[in-house]
Amino acid sequence: MVDQKTLAATGNSLVAEAIRQCNPDVIPAYPITPQTTVVEELAKFVAQGRMHAEYINVESEHSAMSASVGASAAGARVATATSSQGLALMWEELHIAAGMRLPIVMFNANRALSAPINIHCDHSDIMGARDTGWIIMFAETAQEAYDNTIMAFRIAEHPDVLLPVLTTADGFITTHSIDRAEVMDDETVAKFVGEYVPTYALLDTDNPTSHGNFAGLAGPYFEFKKQERTAIDASKPVIKQVGEEFSELTGRPFDLVETWGMEDADIAIVVIGSTAGNARHVARDLRTKGVKAGVVKVRVFRPFPAEELRTALKGVKAVAVLDRSESFGAEGGPLFLEVRSALYDLETRVPLVNYIYGLGGSDVRLELMEQVFSDLSDIASGATAPFGLTYLGTR
Amino acid sequence: MPKLTEIRWHARAGQGAVTAAKVVAETALQAGQYMQAMPEYGPERMGAPIKAFTRISDEPIEIHNNIEFPDVVIVLDESLLDVVDVTEGIKDGGVVIINTCSPAKAVKEALGLDDSVRVACVDASGIALDTIKRDIPNTPIVGAFTKVTGVVDVEVFKGLLAKNLSKKFGQEMIDANFTAVDRAYKEVTVA
Repeated sequence: MVDQKTLAATGNSLVAEAIRQCNPDVIPAYPITPQTTVVEELAKFVAQGRMHAEYINVESEHSAMSASVGASAAGARVATATSSQGLALMWEELHIAAGMRLPIVMFNANRALSAPINIHCDHSDIMGARDTGWIIMFAETAQEAYDNTIMAFRIAEHPDVLLPVLTTADGFITTHSIDRAEVMDDETVAKFVGEYVPTYALLDTDNPTSHGNFAGLAGPYFEFKKQERTAIDASKPVIKQVGEEFSELTGRPFDLVETWGMEDADIAIVVIGSTAGNARHVARDLRTKGVKAGVVKVRVFRPFPAEELRTALKGVKAVAVLDRSESFGAEGGPLFLEVRSALYDLETRVPLVNYIYGLGGSDVRLELMEQVFSDLSDIASGATAPFGLTYLGTR
Repeated sequence: MPKLTEIRWHARAGQGAVTAAKVVAETALQAGQYMQAMPEYGPERMGAPIKAFTRISDEPIEIHNNIEFPDVVIVLDESLLDVVDVTEGIKDGGVVIINTCSPAKAVKEALGLDDSVRVACVDASGIALDTIKRDIPNTPIVGAFTKVTGVVDVEVFKGLLAKNLSKKFGQEMIDANFTAVDRAYKEVTVA
């Protein structure tokens, strides 16, 4: 393990620090609440000469991702950050970045989408990007946001992967809270991330290539998409490997799915992001009262860790999946749909219920977690599970 | 369960509550504790009622929600007592620290609090005007907080204060802040 510095910092300042330490060549960025302090700090680092990136002020997020695509195709290591409407405005470029296999790293401060207007946390924005071909990581804490951001560069640039990575943290809850965290020194991070050697740089004029060409009708479009599927499937062992190396270096555990109390749990909550801590806090309390409660946190959503979830949830008597975003008209929220699909392959059916919670930053009170565990205890003892999804904590 | 102290700050935007919530958290970190500090973000207008939160614990803090059941409530502007239910959810044995000239006993009666809840009063604005020459009550009220709760040490707080202030100000300003902290520490009354 390396020596690390313990400090008090917000999630956003730790993400900016991680990006600085990973030393990208180009940062095209546009500010949006609650991501703004990330790009502010990055601009300051560049102005102070503390990092040697080309910082491009663009006129919109559409341009931020367009410039990221161009710079990455040219052969640069590229980082940017966004949130909410900004991520939505990038939508077409998100597909282009993944389709061109560009290892861009982008931080997203998870925030609600309009309308009505809301600047607070939920996962509507990031879940909208779930089918764009990007690898997607979630952080529970400011520490995890820092750690994920550093790992993201290694994962994105791995020759078996070459895909863009979205590393995220919950808007305000994680991005703006001051938390205790440990950071590595610049040399350690630089060594861990390594130097980026682009495979097909446009600026490598000795080996000219073209990118993002027309591939219609008789062209290889279909085969390109199959390669994209192969790449994101191949990213899973790479993420595990990078996570193991990172754990050895820092002493902090990392896995695609992180479990608490699942060795003998009768009931369990499956959750993403900052709410995992609230669920675990209540589960700990329930354990002292003899209730075998567990928590399963999904830290990597794409590629989806289906096998890990089957292992974690096998034999559990009742499971609640908590979604902080909607998939309007579907049978549940995005996480629920994926978890239910993963569990279909188990021989014994696991009773599964879905809660939509915390939209637009609605506070995740501990009482809500207690309510979910209480519902699960009822189901585990034979009560009929409610049909369809439940909105948790609405007035 | 590990010992967790939850502090809720009530102030008007511009009074330095968010900074104070942060500095108290940093003071706890200096003492090797775990901490969290967060503002409740909303429309940010000078003078609007705002809340901020600080958590301090000997163990890692897992929860990420607003503080509903505080151990400590700190009120930086007494006019908020008529507008906001500042003592909402306060725990038995908790303490409310208020920036006011009124005597603690009278305030406690006016708030109609349970006997187990202590009320601490200090004229933080008056002290700030005397010493720092501006109505920034956040520094003195933290002085009162350290005495009434003992959650963080006043000398560790002053050390951090000096470090933060020295980035922008000279020794005169640091001394004025120290006097403000010491006076609030001495003058706070509890009922």
